[in-house]
Amino acid sequence: MIILIAIAIVLVLGILFGVIYRILTLTDIAQKRQVGEQDIDISNNVNALLFGLLFFIGFGAFGWYSITTTDMYILPVASEHGVRTDGLFWFTMAIITTALVLVHIVLFFSPLMFRYQKNRRAHWFPHDNKMELIWTIIPAIVLAGLVVRGWFIWDDITQPAPKERVEVEVMGRQFSWQVRYGGKDGEIGRYDFRKIDAINSMGMDFKNDPKNLDDFTPREIHIPKGKPVLLKIRARDVLHSVFLPHFRVKMDAVPGMPTSFWFTPTKTTKEMRQETGNEKFNYELACTEICGSGHFAMRMIVVVDEPEDYKKWYAEQTPWVEMNADYMKETYPDLRLANNY
Amino acid sequence: METIDTNLSKTQETESSEIHHSHEEEHHGNFWTKYIFSYDHKTIAKQYLISGIFWAIIGGSMSVIFRLQLGFPDADLTFLKPLFGRWITEAGKLDQEFYLALVTMHGTIMVFFVLTAGLSGTFSNFLIPLQIGARDMASGFMNMLSYWFFFAASVVMFASLFIETGPASGSWVAYPPLSALPQAMSGSGLGMTLWLVSMALFIVSTLLGGINYITTVVNLRTKGMSFSKLPLTIWAFFLTAIIGLLSFPVLLSAALLLIFDRSFGTSFYLSDIYIGGEALMNTGGSPILYQHLFWFLGHPEVYIVLLPALGITSEVIATNSRKPIFGYTAMILSMLGIAFLSFIVWAHHMFVTGMNPFLGSVFMFLTLIIAVPSAVKTFNYLTTLWRGNLVFTPAMLFSIGLVSLFVSGGLTGIILGNAALDIQLHDTYFVVAHFHLVMGAASFFGMLAGVYHWFPKMFGRMINEKLGYVHFWMTFVGIYAVFFPMHYVGIAGFPRRYYTWTNFDTFNIFTDLNMFISAAAIITVSAQFIFVFNFFYSIFFGRKAPKNPWKSNTLEWTTPINLGHGNWVGPIPTVYRWPYDYSKTGAKEDFIPQTVPYSETPESNTKRENELAKQEDTFYKK
Ligand code: HEM
Ligand SMILES: [Cu+2]
Ligand SMILES: [Cu+2]
Repeated sequence: MIILIAIAIVLVLGILFGVIYRILTLTDIAQKRQVGEQDIDISNNVNALLFGLLFFIGFGAFGWYSITTTDMYILPVASEHGVRTDGLFWFTMAIITTALVLVHIVLFFSPLMFRYQKNRRAHWFPHDNKMELIWTIIPAIVLAGLVVRGWFIWDDITQPAPKERVEVEVMGRQFSWQVRYGGKDGEIGRYDFRKIDAINSMGMDFKNDPKNLDDFTPREIHIPKGKPVLLKIRARDVLHSVFLPHFRVKMDAVPGMPTSFWFTPTKTTKEMRQETGNEKFNYELACTEICGSGHFAMRMIVVVDEPEDYKKWYAEQTPWVEMNADYMKETYPDLRLANNY
Repeated sequence: METIDTNLSKTQETESSEIHHSHEEEHHGNFWTKYIFSYDHKTIAKQYLISGIFWAIIGGSMSVIFRLQLGFPDADLTFLKPLFGRWITEAGKLDQEFYLALVTMHGTIMVFFVLTAGLSGTFSNFLIPLQIGARDMASGFMNMLSYWFFFAASVVMFASLFIETGPASGSWVAYPPLSALPQAMSGSGLGMTLWLVSMALFIVSTLLGGINYITTVVNLRTKGMSFSKLPLTIWAFFLTAIIGLLSFPVLLSAALLLIFDRSFGTSFYLSDIYIGGEALMNTGGSPILYQHLFWFLGHPEVYIVLLPALGITSEVIATNSRKPIFGYTAMILSMLGIAFLSFIVWAHHMFVTGMNPFLGSVFMFLTLIIAVPSAVKTFNYLTTLWRGNLVFTPAMLFSIGLVSLFVSGGLTGIILGNAALDIQLHDTYFVVAHFHLVMGAASFFGMLAGVYHWFPKMFGRMINEKLGYVHFWMTFVGIYAVFFPMHYVGIAGFPRRYYTWTNFDTFNIFTDLNMFISAAAIITVSAQFIFVFNFFYSIFFGRKAPKNPWKSNTLEWTTPINLGHGNWVGPIPTVYRWPYDYSKTGAKEDFIPQTVPYSETPESNTKRENELAKQEDTFYKK
């Protein structure tokens, strides 16, 4: 049935187009227009005019939408380096928008100004080394400036994390995130992918590293405002990518190759709720590397606390192993003792 | 460029093939050798073109279907069930994995099958012999093989759409481990195997074609056709072929290692993986290695699809501006620059993979350098239009459209190439907007410009220009309506390859804008059927074409209207001048074909050209 309808539609459209085509051809013949003759006719002027029109409509829509929807497309920024990258972003944006407009003034109005006229001749102007040189050098200088500014920021972002920091381990898996904190000693224990099972889903290696004994794995990420946070990122099955849009943070999670990213959050969740006027606002962690059918659903909530609140929250967490006491036995008793567990 | 050619020796070969061919002219062969396994570059070009159109329809329709999902997430798609079967769920929704399969196939088809095979394959084949003055490609047999390898690749890719577990769905870049492990998603099973087989066949096809293009340009130019008199189209095809020849083998090696990992238990790309309830034994491999190998092709590939389009545009803009292309030498130099630089920027796709940050700095620098030759090209196009006498054929409209899209898309490259800014924008819709404009739409426009411009030469008839105008304006406005809004969505952080964004508060906005984009996409894709109709109808019922409908200078317009195998009846014409003598000061007509000697145009010659005119006797008539 569907197929019949489809065929019918195609047929009807085909006949319609065929008729239009014949009419167009016949009018051409009726006007005694030679095939492919490059005389001015109405179409040439209309096409030229449309470019001019498109300039105003296009840039009008661009300007109007950009101005009226800023609160939608500009994500409030909540990290120290994010302020700097945003600055460079809008700076670059201003430059390229200017270039875009200038180029299109020439591109869309030349058709109007120089459309075919029988009695005019194009201007013979095959080359001019000075002009070529100028427009090689100017973009080169502008780009060099952007590169240098970018370098400074990039270099600072990718410095090793400060000693004084909060460490959070983030692991991507199909299709969720799991996080782990170092617990009382603040140190995250070693893991081994061979230790992973249905319960110990992060593969904590209790046998060889008693530091795992106090690690806890909350359902939300909590981080303190104003302190450097180091994300230690890994993946256990396929590639994933940690994306924290409000913090301007992104780093791939790669099986077999731990990665990291550090940043300093500048606004607590509460402050952000006030700023955006949205009582339900939450920072979110998303995945930006295709990882399978649930890629679009890898969400985790991130909470930025005042440092005191963070400390309180941290102290309240129960070590993972206390809820899964069987795994405690894996650690050699003497190791446990030596480490005061 | 006015110097008389020093490699006249090259022409000897042409002479001998002339004799050879005039014999062949008689025995045309049967249907099979004439239309199917043809050696004739023109027939092979048409085969590529029609295959390209077929794939473009499929790839375009796929984008409509996944745009339906993104723009109208609540729509009931049950009516698609007869076509897609269980890929539409009971609730009338697109299956999540099917969404990814569609995106993957869309990307693969558009990049490789439409814009590499359909564009390069069509126009390199069609134009190289015609514009350099050769009877055919250096090896007609290899050329035929090249098409049929492509055909085989097409058959395998097409077949993979119909298998039980679905086609490859790990995106067109096919990063392992996702693409290596059938446990990770069902598309990584047989579908991925077929994808790899198809790509391997495709690469063989590209290499066979590329070797031929290069050899032909180097060896078979007609008398007088020095490199400095080549039309920019040929320069573009020539450089494209070289880039392809150097980069596609690397993709093949990446694919081979992936095949080993998938089927023979090696660990090139795999390490420390726990999946499907078990820890795999692979250790020591690196998924990042694949990305380096892939993008070593992947980035040059962008220019493989773009350069031919820019070459076509140069030719069309010069002809229809009735004005020489501005800065012919600068155009060649910038293409050389782009070709070279395209090999040393690949890691800008990998800023946030955990790659060494210092490498990031280096690649950021190199990437921004490549913007310079691109800017030079743009300014040269603008200057060519300036004070021209512009004739708006459909081809000219698409070329102007290309310049606009190239600029709009290229400028955002300056942002993405900046590692510090790419952190936020990587893998968001900002990237989707960027590459669709600069590579997808721009190359697509180049391809359409080429079809409109050389249609009379291909089929001996004119394509209807009024329908061409309608097609252009709908497509041009439509493309901007689809891809420009994606910048906002991208700046807001929306990740790409997402089935839906409603799971996130941050991304639960822009529903209207996404609806608008999808509606625009449907209209834009539909408008292409005006072209499809115009194309096929005009092949049979278009008005008969004159010999040189656009009053163009290049050699192809000196051939008979309906040209047979061997292209020219009688000897191949000799070339005396560059291809851009449009509206030359003092000349009678506003164009002087390449075959007109300087000695016949004393009224428009410069001093230097007058001298060359004197030497013409000794150089050309031996
Ligand atoms: C009107 C026509 C087109 C529309 C509406 C369209 C739309 C889209 C959209 C929305 C995506 C992103 C899907 C996602 O990430 O979930 C996409 C991906 C893509 N498109 Fe297009 N596209 C069109 C034409 C083209 C063309 C001409 C090319 C040629 C270069 C192209 C190449 C790609 C590639 C390479 C991808 C990435 C696929 C992947 O992520 O694996 N598209 N397209
Ligand atoms: Cu993912
Ligand atoms: Cu690239």
